[in-house]
Amino acid sequence: MTRLLPHPVLTPVLAFIWLLLNNSIAPGQITLGLIFGWAIPVLTIHFWPDKVSIRRPAVLIRYLMVLFYDIIKANFTVARLILGNTDQLHPVFIKLPLDLTTDLAIGLLANSITLTPGTLWARLSDDHSYLLIHALNETDPDRLIATIKQRYEKPLKEIFESC
Amino acid sequence: MLEFLLSLLVLTGASFAFIGSLGLIRLKDLYTRLHGPTKATTLGVGSLLIASAIYFSTYSEQISLHEFLITIFLFITAPVSAHLLAKAALHLGLPSLAEIPEAEEAGQTEMTGTAQTGATEAFEKNERIGSENASPGEKARPEKSESITKTPGTPDQTRP
Repeated sequence: MTRLLPHPVLTPVLAFIWLLLNNSIAPGQITLGLIFGWAIPVLTIHFWPDKVSIRRPAVLIRYLMVLFYDIIKANFTVARLILGNTDQLHPVFIKLPLDLTTDLAIGLLANSITLTPGTLWARLSDDHSYLLIHALNETDPDRLIATIKQRYEKPLKEIFESC
Repeated sequence: MLEFLLSLLVLTGASFAFIGSLGLIRLKDLYTRLHGPTKATTLGVGSLLIASAIYFSTYSEQISLHEFLITIFLFITAPVSAHLLAKAALHLGLPSLAEIPEAEEAGQTEMTGTAQTGATEAFEKNERIGSENASPGEKARPEKSESITKTPGTPDQTRP
């Protein structure tokens, strides 16, 4: 089973992307998409060290919606900061201690941090124990860390690492 | 009505893309400048793409969904490129308005240490190759002498 279908999640995603690329839902295209979705993971199995498993799909959908809302908010926040007085900005580097252990979850968290209000992922420590974040304008680092942990890290932990 | 919505989307997209680019001029150091393109541009390009999807779905025979694919790829790749730029800047120790934590500076010296070892190795290697056909000035530039060793027949412009 694991040899024949190594990534059950990747197969439909690749098939969906294939359909988007072709802009069609003809039966032939669906078949071809599914064939690619099956063949690519099988051929590239050595490049995927960890098995991806989504334990809580509902939480994932809610997480993506929260993220989408935050991305739009981030755009307005950053636009206001750029148009405002740039000398008044208070940029700062913040260390965010990590509870996540899977590479995929850390990657998603890091991407979310970069896409959301005024923060940018600068570096992951060598032992994967904290992320170094650059904040565009932040006077209260502790509050920011608490927000990120509550808003992004907790759902990600539930989705990918819940026991 | 639809045209009104479309023009609104296009205008929003254009203004956000413009503000993002404006950030490159107005902000003061590399780290803050990274914020402009990664964020303001995602919504800017995003709404332009939504406008494009609506336009082509309405005015042509087919439903156009390529734009959503572009949006997805953009949202995946924008943070990665920003991260790589920030990481490279940390390693190079570029000046920053924010204070860089001490551990990162320590890690950075460690990094430069290994980078230097690598550079020395490359240097020595080049010296060995270079002793045959390169002048001392070219040894300092490893990539240069490498290209010379690859094409020994071509005349070298930099040689005095």
